[in-house]
Amino acid sequence: MNPELEIGLYIFMLAGFLGYHVITRVPPLLHTPLMSATNAISGISLVGSLVVAGADYGPLSTMLGFIAVTCSTVNVVGGFLITDRMLKMFKKGDERR
Amino acid sequence: MTALSFFYIISAALFILGLKGLSHPKWARRGMFLAELGMLMAVIGTLFHHEIVTYKWIIAGVVIGSGIGATMGLRIPMTAVPQRTALSHSLGALAATLVGISEYFRHGSALGRVKMAAIGLEVVIGGLTFTGSLMAAAKLQELLPGAPITYKGQNVSNISLLTLIVALLVSLVAAPSAAPLFYGMVALALLFGCLMVIPIGAADMPVVIALLNSYAGLADAAMGFVLMNKIQIITGSLDGTSGFLLSLLMCRAMNRSAANVLFGAFGKVDAGAGGVAAEAKGTVRAIAADEMAVLLESVRSIIVVPGYGMAVAQAQHGVAELASLLGKRGVDVKYAIHPVAGRMPGHMNVLLAEANVPYDRLYEMEQINAYFAGADLALVIGANDVTNPAARTDRASPLYGMPILEVDRARSIIVLKRSMRPGFAGVDNDLYYNPKCMMLFGDAKESINRLFAALKS
Repeated sequence: MNPELEIGLYIFMLAGFLGYHVITRVPPLLHTPLMSATNAISGISLVGSLVVAGADYGPLSTMLGFIAVTCSTVNVVGGFLITDRMLKMFKKGDERR
Repeated sequence: MTALSFFYIISAALFILGLKGLSHPKWARRGMFLAELGMLMAVIGTLFHHEIVTYKWIIAGVVIGSGIGATMGLRIPMTAVPQRTALSHSLGALAATLVGISEYFRHGSALGRVKMAAIGLEVVIGGLTFTGSLMAAAKLQELLPGAPITYKGQNVSNISLLTLIVALLVSLVAAPSAAPLFYGMVALALLFGCLMVIPIGAADMPVVIALLNSYAGLADAAMGFVLMNKIQIITGSLDGTSGFLLSLLMCRAMNRSAANVLFGAFGKVDAGAGGVAAEAKGTVRAIAADEMAVLLESVRSIIVVPGYGMAVAQAQHGVAELASLLGKRGVDVKYAIHPVAGRMPGHMNVLLAEANVPYDRLYEMEQINAYFAGADLALVIGANDVTNPAARTDRASPLYGMPILEVDRARSIIVLKRSMRPGFAGVDNDLYYNPKCMMLFGDAKESINRLFAALKS
């Protein structure tokens, strides 16, 4: 097997197990913020899109890259903003306005 | 190792710490700050990538994307968060699909088998997630009918379509140069995404959104394999696991298998049986708002059971105010949250937090069921199927086995409901014929207002 692929598959598997343990500790109370947070974080596809939009791969690739950059940025910015907006609202009884 | 890979490793660690912060509301915002820092580092680091020759399109994309993202993030009401989430899955999947197409266009026949397989998975999963999430968002926004759209031979044709897509993928891995097959496969994946979601009803959306979350993560991970970008493999895998776990939780809360949600078109089939048996079950007692206000004077402990109907009536703020008024009079008020009470996992908690309900008053199903027997009053607002005792007792009921909130154990029960119409499952609720149960008919928001007026006078 190609060594790069092998490393990639190991990373994929280990991140999956890690995800299982981290996610099962998130209480149902925060499941909606969890989903918008993972959305925002998966906007990391922005880094791949940035290279496609900025490199000299030809006009079609540049255009596709530009659309991909726009979509990923919407996810990153929108995802983090709405997650924070939701988390701000969760208050304990003694912290209420 | 370049400086960039070093940046990516730190970013990955910050992302994981960010998600770990979500294990408690106290640390959640701090955790998200770390994740934001990680994102900023990864993006700034990437801008120094040696292949980038022009920033024109990057800047344009980031500016437009930030504008749309900020508007969506700051303006969207909390009731619309499920739509926004579905839309964001579709955008993420679109980005992955487009990058996959660009890679195929650039390398075409020169692609090795491994890379072709990765690109194939990226565009297929990305494509079906893109259109599937758009359909889900349209259903949630009520641009499309929320009821399942079914036709004869639906499952058979969907499965054949999926088989065809897989066959195309396999043939492309064997011979990557067949460009028409590649673009045909992308088109079929887009079509499959639509067909996959239209037979699923709006009330099943918690499962679908979580599942599409998982697919979006997998498309992202496939993109990581295409570009051999390890941080994308990590986030894709985390996202995939998270969505998958949430969809399993939702399925368990509805007592249904994932296959039943995806292929069952629930809610269309059982409508006939429930209505007929209803008359034999006994009488329903109605109560007026001023009578209920008198009753509230003598109550010491209340459990509020909210359902999505409460959010539809926009009654959550009134309910929260009522609860805090009662709280000031020394009444113990708790909220019982069923996992599928909203349109996505955890949605009801967010809606109540927005209405200024402190989160230590919100109880999960497993915790709250023990408290019902000691509660003077269970106040059911806009919830139906999740309170039906038939799920516990009646083997013939389609709800049998579904975990429910054991409202019928409370000393008295009041249900705020528009009419006697059955819930989503089309099943009559035995709870309403319980001698301890009274119904306050009408729009939930108006009922609460009338209750307020009566309580204050």
